[in-house]
Amino acid sequence: MGQYTENELAKDLENQDYKFGFTTDVETETIPVGLNEDIIRLISTKKEEPSWLLDYRLNAYRAWLKMTEPDWAHVRYDKPDFQKITYYAAPKQSKKYESWDDVDPEMKETMAKLGISLEEQKRLTGVAVDFVMDSVSVATSFKSKLKELGIIFCSFSEAVQEHPELVRAHMGTIIPHTDNFYAALNSAVFTDGSFCYIPKGVRCPMELSTYFRINAGGTGQFERTLVIADEGSYVSYLEGCTAPQRDENQLHAAVVELKALKDAEIKYSTVQNWYPGDKNGIGGVFNFVTKRGLCETNAKISWTQVETGSAVTWKYPSCVLKGDHSVGEFYSVAVTNNFQQADTGTKMIHLGKNTKSTIISKGISAGDSQNSYRGLVQIHKNAKNARNFSQCDSLLMTDHCGAHTFPYIECKNPSAQIEHEATTSKIGEDQLFYCKQRGISEEKAISLIVNGYCKEVLNQLPMEFAVEAQKLLAISLEGSVG
Amino acid sequence: MIEIKNVHANIEGKEILKGLTLTVNSGEVHAIMGPNGAGKSTLASILAGREEYEVTEGSITFEGEDLLELDTEERAHAGLFLAFQYPVEIPGVSNVNFLRTAINEIRDAKGEAPISAKDFMALVREKSKIVELDSKLASRAVNEGFSGGEKKRNEIFQMAMLNPKLAVLDETDSGLDIDALRIVAKGVNSLKSADNASIVITHYQRLLDYIVPDYVHVLYDGKIVKTGNKDLALELEEKGYDWIKEETQVG
Repeated sequence: MGQYTENELAKDLENQDYKFGFTTDVETETIPVGLNEDIIRLISTKKEEPSWLLDYRLNAYRAWLKMTEPDWAHVRYDKPDFQKITYYAAPKQSKKYESWDDVDPEMKETMAKLGISLEEQKRLTGVAVDFVMDSVSVATSFKSKLKELGIIFCSFSEAVQEHPELVRAHMGTIIPHTDNFYAALNSAVFTDGSFCYIPKGVRCPMELSTYFRINAGGTGQFERTLVIADEGSYVSYLEGCTAPQRDENQLHAAVVELKALKDAEIKYSTVQNWYPGDKNGIGGVFNFVTKRGLCETNAKISWTQVETGSAVTWKYPSCVLKGDHSVGEFYSVAVTNNFQQADTGTKMIHLGKNTKSTIISKGISAGDSQNSYRGLVQIHKNAKNARNFSQCDSLLMTDHCGAHTFPYIECKNPSAQIEHEATTSKIGEDQLFYCKQRGISEEKAISLIVNGYCKEVLNQLPMEFAVEAQKLLAISLEGSVG
Repeated sequence: MIEIKNVHANIEGKEILKGLTLTVNSGEVHAIMGPNGAGKSTLASILAGREEYEVTEGSITFEGEDLLELDTEERAHAGLFLAFQYPVEIPGVSNVNFLRTAINEIRDAKGEAPISAKDFMALVREKSKIVELDSKLASRAVNEGFSGGEKKRNEIFQMAMLNPKLAVLDETDSGLDIDALRIVAKGVNSLKSADNASIVITHYQRLLDYIVPDYVHVLYDGKIVKTGNKDLALELEEKGYDWIKEETQVG
């Protein structure tokens, strides 16, 4: 994990206000504010969708109308007014981009500000980026290389047009449209997202990466991601998020479905730094996300997340271990500062025999924030010899923040082995003094200590993203000891 | 090197140092001995700049600079090193990463470029030999799961890596068996030069069998009450501290 903090951090630390708070002045095409069946029909028409997908949306919408917004999470916020949201905003474009050179220069600049210019990414890392800006995918690179291997990596809309059979067969099979309030809403109004299919026996040679970004004011973002790893295949997928600074709260309700067929492996990593609101808790993104993966026999799904952003986070990437010998992993670092609230964790549902799950959760609370881990380990009656290991650690940076742990364990098979470890600690004055005595400044010392504390999770990220994550941690926690 | 003049220091309103005066020149080794509660560790703490301690009176000049005006890390940049009585564990941060960060921060403060990875690793190899530190310890997390002896050896290893002008060893001998003591002392001796100096704080004389001091000071009730050469340490070993206490009270 060599170069990261030591050399570059100081520069980043100078700017502790939200780094990505700018708005790109691209003409956007929007539809009327509010939500009803006509709006959904309009979205579907604009996207030239097949009728089965419109029906799917309408069913979801009707189910959603009967649902109530969940309030069991350890978070407080003013519930969004769903009639005040614009459900579709697409950058105006006369035609699809034929090549990267055709992409709007201003959009390129946006990406450059995000530090993810495609040229740079192409040159340095060999990462294929599918950049989603306000719900429409504007650029996809490396397509031909992936195509040779039969890998499909494209925007969700494109997948609907070009691979409808795959989308139809898998969409909603892991997270049904009736799953929960926000998943239902997403199923009704989602505008775009990413789709990925790895054929049998193929090992995807590069990290697949998608950057999401909320841009137009008052636009909710409803992303939909579907990743299918066919038998014996492997893919590592990274999702990174940033949102520009806005005063009103913005709603983000994504759905991510992963399917790992027999002997397949999916590694899904997220680095999330949506705008967290200002120091007084004004503004910020509501991040209400449903993420779930299904493992068939001997398959493996590994979720890694580094969450530093959003005003309110409600997120539980989960694994359904359906097949025998399947493996689920969840590695999480959640940082909250100022008035941020996070209620995050995972669900490991053991259905098959000899299934195994690991949960490593590291919560870091600073300022006046509230940070909760909520996790469910469920062993069903046929899940013979299921094993789970959970470790939930909380680090407190101040004496007026909160850390909470809500572990739920349901076990219906006596052969299961379940271990749960939890610790809570305050960042040590002694540790800081020790570092300072060796000549290390307080900011760097905090970054060093926090990165050490999160090491098990950061080690799971691909190298380039681990570096980015470490910087984010440092930026989020600057001046936070007290 | 360092000139401590009439220093008074408090912790939580309680006065611990009551007019301590001490001068240490380059090339010298000074031992500070004294009974429990005399203020030995307080001296180490105020030199390093621990915030809980308040210096209410007196001055400390280090290499011509007012030490008390400097932050803890600035004192380290100026070449002051404290070997901790209780070295702190930092889970997940490797010793090597920790030391490289420290070295580069110090170099940066002096306007020097960061050390190259190659030079750094060569330095690690060279210096870890001095304290017979297993190279595996260098890549393990800072002090995590180290035995008492390993922690103390690691302190001396860090000292060797950072090459300070003034090293303050706070009861480095406490909790060490005789072999570890020998290794630690050998490390300290081999780092000794005409350009640096050390203050060795200890409760027992035995460390001074291995690190031969130029001066031995007895600290009692917040002041240095007696100064001598290494023979003073032997006398203390033999007679204990009571005679010093009596002498002080009479005086």
